[in-house]
Amino acid sequence: MSLTGERVRGGLGESARRPDGGPKVAGSFVFSSDLTADGMVWGSILRAPYPHARIRSIDIGPALALPGVHAVLTAADVPGDSSYGLEHADQPVFADDTVRYIGEAVAAVAADHPDTARRAARAIVVDYEELEPLVEAEAAITAEPIHPDGNVFAHLTIRHGDTTASGDVVVEGDYEVGMQDQAFMGPESGLAIPDGDGGVDLHMSTQWLHVDRDQVANCLGLPHDKVRMSLAGVGGAFGAREDVSMQVHLCLLALHTNRPVKMVFSREESFLGHVHRHPARMHYRHHADKDGRLVKVEARIVLDGGAYASTSRPVLVNACCFAAGPYAVPNALVEGWAVRTNNPPCGAMRGFGAVQACFAHEAQMDKLAAALDLDPVELRLRNAMKTGDRLVTGQVVTGAAPVEELIRTCSGWPLPAEDPEPDPMTLPGGAGRTADGSRLRRGVGFAVGFKNLMYSAGFDDYSTARVRLEGGVATVTCAAAEVGQGFVTLAEQIVREVLGVDEVILAPPGTADIGSAGSTSASRQTWMSGGAVERAALAVRDRRDAGEREPIEETYEYHHPPTSPLDENGQGNAHVSYVFAAHRAVVDVDLDLGLVRVVEVATSQDVGRVLNPLQVIGQVEGGIAQGVGLAVMEEIVMDRGVVRNASFTDYLIPTALDMPDVAIAALVEEPEPGAPFGAKGVGEPPTISSSAAVAAAIRAATGLALTRIPVRPQDIALAHRDSTKLA
Amino acid sequence: MTDSVTFQLTVNGADRVVEGAWLGESLLYVLRERLGLPGAKNACEQGECGSCSVRVDGTLVCACLVLGASAAGSEVVTVEGVAGDAGGLTDVQQAFLSQGAVQCGFCTPGLVMTVHDLLERNPTPTEVELREAISGNLCRCTGYGRILAAAQAVVAERSGSGRSQRETPS
Amino acid sequence: MTPSVAQPRSLDDAVEALRTAIDPTVLAGGTDLMVAINAGSRRPTSVVSLIRVPELQGWHRDGDEVVLGACLTYAEIERGELASLVPALAQAARTIGSPQIRNAATLGGNLGTASPAGDSLPVLAALDATVETIGPDGVRTLPVLEFVTGVKRTALRAQEIITAVRVPVLRGPQEFLKVGTRNAMVISVVMAALVIDLDGRSVRLGLGSVAPVPVRARDAEALAEGSVDWDTARIGDQTVFGRFGELAAESTAPIDDHRSTAAYRRHAVSVCARRALERALR
Repeated sequence: MSLTGERVRGGLGESARRPDGGPKVAGSFVFSSDLTADGMVWGSILRAPYPHARIRSIDIGPALALPGVHAVLTAADVPGDSSYGLEHADQPVFADDTVRYIGEAVAAVAADHPDTARRAARAIVVDYEELEPLVEAEAAITAEPIHPDGNVFAHLTIRHGDTTASGDVVVEGDYEVGMQDQAFMGPESGLAIPDGDGGVDLHMSTQWLHVDRDQVANCLGLPHDKVRMSLAGVGGAFGAREDVSMQVHLCLLALHTNRPVKMVFSREESFLGHVHRHPARMHYRHHADKDGRLVKVEARIVLDGGAYASTSRPVLVNACCFAAGPYAVPNALVEGWAVRTNNPPCGAMRGFGAVQACFAHEAQMDKLAAALDLDPVELRLRNAMKTGDRLVTGQVVTGAAPVEELIRTCSGWPLPAEDPEPDPMTLPGGAGRTADGSRLRRGVGFAVGFKNLMYSAGFDDYSTARVRLEGGVATVTCAAAEVGQGFVTLAEQIVREVLGVDEVILAPPGTADIGSAGSTSASRQTWMSGGAVERAALAVRDRRDAGEREPIEETYEYHHPPTSPLDENGQGNAHVSYVFAAHRAVVDVDLDLGLVRVVEVATSQDVGRVLNPLQVIGQVEGGIAQGVGLAVMEEIVMDRGVVRNASFTDYLIPTALDMPDVAIAALVEEPEPGAPFGAKGVGEPPTISSSAAVAAAIRAATGLALTRIPVRPQDIALAHRDSTKLA
Repeated sequence: MTDSVTFQLTVNGADRVVEGAWLGESLLYVLRERLGLPGAKNACEQGECGSCSVRVDGTLVCACLVLGASAAGSEVVTVEGVAGDAGGLTDVQQAFLSQGAVQCGFCTPGLVMTVHDLLERNPTPTEVELREAISGNLCRCTGYGRILAAAQAVVAERSGSGRSQRETPS
Repeated sequence: MTPSVAQPRSLDDAVEALRTAIDPTVLAGGTDLMVAINAGSRRPTSVVSLIRVPELQGWHRDGDEVVLGACLTYAEIERGELASLVPALAQAARTIGSPQIRNAATLGGNLGTASPAGDSLPVLAALDATVETIGPDGVRTLPVLEFVTGVKRTALRAQEIITAVRVPVLRGPQEFLKVGTRNAMVISVVMAALVIDLDGRSVRLGLGSVAPVPVRARDAEALAEGSVDWDTARIGDQTVFGRFGELAAESTAPIDDHRSTAAYRRHAVSVCARRALERALR
């Protein structure tokens, strides 16, 4: 199973082509759902129909009685740890006595056909006693615990400067962000093959092979080396593949049946079977002096973490650390909670806590600008963070922080012209032909955001790479998960650059061949695995240049500088580096129907150095698409713990007719000290402030407060109707 | 399975026999799991993403919404056969590569099929026509910008007019 | 019992196939049925596919009417001469699903599924379309509002199929507006179809996604009919348009669901109805 197909050329700074591009356009690239093996059977998972319930009994007999069924497993069949989790193992492999969210796994089946497996899963008789679901995050803080580990995943208070300070002008607001889904295209899928010796080989689409492997082995009660994970083609990730989904179930079924077992989630199951972006409720109070200089930012942020911990704690740390935005803020008081409820578990998604906070702090900056009668861009310029300023955690920003340049270039980009005779398809409502030109209003909104690169707060973050030079051909071995972002291209570019060779081969990533590369998340692979590949290649070059004969092989484990956890006042040097972005959105809004057309998003991005222009553009445009989606349409709709829209029919992501033109005003190349090649990761920043910019533009068009994203048609239309009635 | 059906269809120019299929299997499942053609992708299985776009008797459809057995006697073309007898990559596939339209690649085969279908019916689509034509193909990675660029590059190339509107840097 | 997929090549064969099959599932474009099968919520034991029955294909003019075959696809409705004969239906067709869906989905299938959000239904209601069926008891003809009896329920009897839909060709403007939360490929939140019959001097407004079945807004229609200057085909009294929208909203019974709220749907109906009338007769 090769993940790459053709040789590519090009060094750093060039738009080298993806090595996996040829197979991907030809349809021959092997995604995890394309895997097959002789004697293979199909897995299926029975999921709980209630958000909170006690399981009185499970009868697997009717399922086992179906012809073609090979195994039916429940909690009693888990030989090792009964629970798993990225940070904290609190999520049961199978719900045992209690169900804590809708769609929680209760049993797994293997059968000779996917339809048989599905029917068998449905034939299992489970006697549930429905319990009242705990669905309000705020209430969860003090509610009766719904899990032995309690309801609070994390509670953090940041006290920075003089927390009693006050400003001449104070603005206050409540903000809410709905539950976004990563909605990658390739559903969770994998193939587990028993090795006949008690171990198992698991081929999976994931973001972090080694941590998956560790969790799986712990649940199987096996030494880690008895579980070997290989990366199968990944159809997008965006955070949703950081947590284990079907990995343990697949391996259990394979070991029980002694056959290869394949499982592919349906789209509904995918929505139920992975974590989402945390819904957030935020209360903010900004203080400024008469000149618009920020005096103090107060925030209270409550994240709904859903039923299990996943990455709720670091997501909360991020939301709080970046709660004030990329501004110089002398005083701050930030309190954050991440809590357990009977809603679906939430965890990593592109932007990781910074997105939610950005929506609130940028709405506040606009509100403050209005209160001061200042231009919103001017207000941001007056407060823009620069190198040497401190975060609200007290940490000094030592690296590049070109916030002012981002704001100036992005806000200075020419506005798109209004089309005098627009195609109705390009108006709000599109194909629905609803627009009435006289009832459309254009609005422009601006937002700036930032977040950390790589893992923070004391986590020993590292990546491992091996480079072998033989016969003029360099082979790179690294377990970094290629999820679409293009690390495969970069790795080859780096090695070509360092070694001056043409031909670079990427070995298939797997746990058996090399140590961890860390997760493909936190915009970290360019820096971390890029750094590991560079150092390994440099070591090879040194030996070659010293006259050593090939083959020459070097392995390098790259660590970023150490960080510390935050102290009891939320102070400390928790982060390594930051990345900033500015977005300006232009929207047309139908005032009466509340339908929105995002016309254009202009952006300036802090990139350190552009290593592959085409890939940077791809990340920027794709990240903005997800930001636009969160602003105007994307939300997992919950009703007392029940997911109402677990399908692509009803969880709407932007189509080509929804996606605006993206104007890249500037890719600011201020090299980041300490970063390999001076380059910063580019995956997340396009998502962080694009939603906030779109929401600001809708506010500008409508004059409405709109304190919640996604902004729904009814939020605009009914509020507009009511406001005009009053007037 | 006991309730099985057997039928024959033509896929990418070759006669293929499907034996012992469950009656309810979609054409997508038949292609992927029985005929060894996984190019059409399984992303939603309800016609809402376009990842499984194939041509059945010349018409672009979602293979997940075609009952496999009802395609008996039909001619099916998948991404694996889109280049025809010539083999290699088509101009559309080449443009997807050169314009950076591929990231994770899961939507790519469906989009390749859709762009081919559009340009056969309408060799010089406007940008709005192009967006409408691919509006049934969801992509989560690219934001569609480079996909539009790829399609426009093909239009420019085929019409001999040189550069397209959305040329991406090289 | 051997499972089967019958592919009749004539209407007679189709009727016979339905008569003899045990618990047959009727397949047309497949865009609804396959969703259910893929989800495991339907497991057919035998299938009768209508997609190759010649009598169900295409459309033809029959005097002042057009007869639309049950297997006419939305792609066929969207373009060509039919789009000029029944513009509102063509406008509705273009909003349905994706191009791939429109290549497969049929008018008969949309009627047979009878979803409250079925995009053709309010247009057919506004056109006073009739639905023609055939079955063991022979041929029947029903007005569309009698054909659709409830949420995903129709007057179709066992072993009966839709053969055609008959709609009038009218002189006068037609408008179809659909509200959804996305600019394409979206289930409707609200639909309004307006048909003006200048010769018959009638105004007809069909509404969708706002009740279990498609709705005709009779009070709104009466108001508009009484306000039109039929010689100029204009409404002079500018207060009529807003009132028309309000009356349209009063004729609905929308619900709160995951796609929208009843309050928004009621409001959006009034806006869409008003805009449709303004486009047609202002």
